[in-house]
Amino acid sequence: MKLELRGITKRFGALTANDHIDLTIEPGEIHCLLGENGAGKSTLMNVLYGLYKAEEGEILLDDVVQHFAGPGDAMAAGIGMVHQHFMLIPVFTVAENVMLGHEKTNAAGVLDLGAAREKVREISERFGFHVDPDALVDDLPVGVQQRVEIIKALSRDAKVLVFDEPTAVLTPQETDELMTIMRQLKAAGTSIVFITHKLREVREVADRITVIRLGKVVGEASPTATNAELASLMVGRAVELTVHKDPAQPGADAFVVSNLSVIDPHGQLVVNNVSFDVRAGEILAIAGVQGNGQTELTEAIMGLQSRVRGEITLDGKSIRGLSVKQVLASGIGFVPEDRKEDGLVGEFTIAENLMLDRSDGPPFVKAGTLQLNYLNEFAEQKSKEFDVRSQGITTPVGRLSGGNQQKVVLARELSRDLRLFMAAQPTRGIDVGSIEFVHKRIVATRDAGIPVIVVSTELDEVVALADRIAVMYRGTIVGIVPGDTPRDVLGLMMAGEVPDSVTSPPEGAAA
Amino acid sequence: MNAERPIVDENVSRTELKTAVADAPLQHNHPDSLPPALETTVVKSWKAPIAFGIFSIIAILLFVVFGREGTSGFRLSTDSDFFQIPTIQAPTRATGIVLTVLLVALAAYSAFLVSRSRPVRLWVTVVFAVLFLVGFLTWASAGATIPVPGLLVGAVGLSVPLVFGALGGVISERVGVVNVAIEGQLLAGAFVSAIVASVTGQPVLGLLSAMAAGVLVSFVLAAFSIKYFVDQVIVGVVLNVLVTGLTSFLYSQVLSKNTELLNNSGTIRLPRLPIPGLSEIPILGPVLFRQTIIVYILYIAVAVVFFALFKTRWGLRLRAVGEHPQAADTVGINVARTRFWNVSLAGAIAGLGGAYFTMGSVGSFNKEMTAGAGFIALAAVIFGRWDPIRATLAALLFGFASNLQSVLSIIGSPVPSEFMLMLPYLVTIFAVAGVVGRVRGPAASGKPYIKS
Repeated sequence: MKLELRGITKRFGALTANDHIDLTIEPGEIHCLLGENGAGKSTLMNVLYGLYKAEEGEILLDDVVQHFAGPGDAMAAGIGMVHQHFMLIPVFTVAENVMLGHEKTNAAGVLDLGAAREKVREISERFGFHVDPDALVDDLPVGVQQRVEIIKALSRDAKVLVFDEPTAVLTPQETDELMTIMRQLKAAGTSIVFITHKLREVREVADRITVIRLGKVVGEASPTATNAELASLMVGRAVELTVHKDPAQPGADAFVVSNLSVIDPHGQLVVNNVSFDVRAGEILAIAGVQGNGQTELTEAIMGLQSRVRGEITLDGKSIRGLSVKQVLASGIGFVPEDRKEDGLVGEFTIAENLMLDRSDGPPFVKAGTLQLNYLNEFAEQKSKEFDVRSQGITTPVGRLSGGNQQKVVLARELSRDLRLFMAAQPTRGIDVGSIEFVHKRIVATRDAGIPVIVVSTELDEVVALADRIAVMYRGTIVGIVPGDTPRDVLGLMMAGEVPDSVTSPPEGAAA
Repeated sequence: MNAERPIVDENVSRTELKTAVADAPLQHNHPDSLPPALETTVVKSWKAPIAFGIFSIIAILLFVVFGREGTSGFRLSTDSDFFQIPTIQAPTRATGIVLTVLLVALAAYSAFLVSRSRPVRLWVTVVFAVLFLVGFLTWASAGATIPVPGLLVGAVGLSVPLVFGALGGVISERVGVVNVAIEGQLLAGAFVSAIVASVTGQPVLGLLSAMAAGVLVSFVLAAFSIKYFVDQVIVGVVLNVLVTGLTSFLYSQVLSKNTELLNNSGTIRLPRLPIPGLSEIPILGPVLFRQTIIVYILYIAVAVVFFALFKTRWGLRLRAVGEHPQAADTVGINVARTRFWNVSLAGAIAGLGGAYFTMGSVGSFNKEMTAGAGFIALAAVIFGRWDPIRATLAALLFGFASNLQSVLSIIGSPVPSEFMLMLPYLVTIFAVAGVVGRVRGPAASGKPYIKS
């Protein structure tokens, strides 16, 4: 089926998310929509899927103008979508999820689960998915959940399939498998729209590439274009894709974690007997697919987890079992992975957010009173130093872009005397310019002789920053490898396999 | 398609590392295809042994140390049963001692289980609770006789509105709207059904009007919480206050001035309809099958709601909307409409429960006659883990606690009546806070679904 978008314009208040976008998807092609976070890709697809109503423009399928009042209409017309955040009900089985919305029932209105199971099996077999129709979605790994999403779309005979940032949650191996699935679907005649900001994937699978920036189509490219060309088209200027850093000058062991386990309320070891050390002046990256215990590990270090076994020492002193306040006081700077939830108070101003963790004494508070003059001075200076772009230090943080929000968090955490700096997903969802800035600051922190831990699910970031890399899988550290370890080895480790080359104890661990 | 693979240039080690690569036919041999469960460790929970221990100590003190002399009687039959079971007579202190020994043994057994890192199964808790209850009844009825059928009949009677309320709560919460307004729905149902039944003399119209009244309360709740995204708990609380105020005002200004026409217990109260045969079974007969039509409707309602919730399209969509409204939206289910009509349905069911207060038991409307039943029903929803059957059982438990209180004060138990009045609420608090522990309700319950 040929899909055509003509002059789509979607506004949210004053913001124009899509500005007269034209896009044509030919039958049986894989069309990549490339753009930065916030460029308007997802908005455009939500318009196509009937979730948003566009102010202007029209959607044509096989040259017939469509009017989608909701996702139901779009699906009926043959458009399927694999959402970035899976649209699956975790407490339902695969079959129930697939049948939801177009359930077959018998005369008495009782669900015909048998037919749904059969449908799942049939599609699953056709593409070699190996999905059990009676498994609870909650129990499935994300890679399999994504296949359930694909089955869901195919069970409604989708002719155009939209993948919205499908690789964000996958291991490199799963990503490879997804590419294969896409090619299979294409061979079966399905048109595919593939939304991403990862250049590598685009070039591998796309037939055509459309680049979107700030809500506008800025050009088309062929899959043979180089990374640098695609990146500059996407960002609008030449970008440095690599981080410049000198070799690390590691000092003594500063931060040591030994045999650390974190137990969740169900008794599961979400972090399982983890040991590592970080030396002064080096960056240890903790790599791994989201949800393999990294979050709990950082929370355990910060004193945010209640059931923790093992030992954590900073400069020879145990910090296990300390309160969060004591942990902060011992000199740990922490960038949490969800800045909106854990890093900032959205309604507070930039200045207020900059003193959030120092509200119990001088210099910001004296005799129970905020020292506003000092705070303003401090905030002005830090805003300048960290290049926070805003209307002023009294702007509520919630109104800033993701990149500027992250700079505020960074400014706060790096403004204390640190003995350890720990950043979780420091560049998630921020623009390329801010990514460059954040990376530079992290390297500068290392060069100041501070041990640094970077937790990241982005392999690119891990490879760019790390001096050593610890890979986590299902709560354990699969191995600790040097920073120049090839990507495919890291990819395997992220899937839990330990390549032979890694099993020898990593150098540096014994120091 | 077979273009060069730009992802990795270091292809050297690739063949040695067995894996599914993209060029090969798709193989699912990496660990994600069959996810191994995370390694687990046992979190020892001493909650159960400690609770059992405390109750065992109470048992020792109450049944043994301060045990009462005499015999305790339990009358099991009523006059109209098939056959008569003789009244059981038990020596109070001896029975108390035997039961206390059993309770201590169970507490020790649970401590043993936990020390061996094994779970304390539900049956242990149930047996312990029943033994303690029998012991308490024996102790309390020294020198008197407890009419067991009467105790249970009363318990069912007090439970009926709770069960209706809980069913309404389950439906409403499962679709994603916290229904704090059950109290208001019950009260509105009680009030309107009394007037309509009294004026028309038609019980059917009374029941229908009770449902309509509950729906009206639900409409307000639904409109504010679904359309205008007002905090659902606040709307619910305000609705309760509003209905209480409105009915009290109308009662004193209108109903009490014309009782003959508007609040006539002669025309309001429903007759009991004993089911032939079944109603003559000892104990069960009088408890379950000598009831009014509302109670029989209740039996059907519980079964239907349970079946429909888990086996029909309606139930699947309802639960989907309460768990993940956006996912439901993306498959073409209208979230707002689903929520609106199901909250209304919940109101209809709760309203019918309200009719039981007037048409089923008292026979006339009184100010604030629901007396917090809506909130206990809400507790039953949580205690019953948002499951219609479990919520029904929870409501029965709460009803039993209420009625135990009144039966014991009638036969002259030594416990002060003020203390006994706390019993139902104590049971509720212990049940919800202690026994339930951490449970997961519908994920989107209480959260408005805002589409951009």
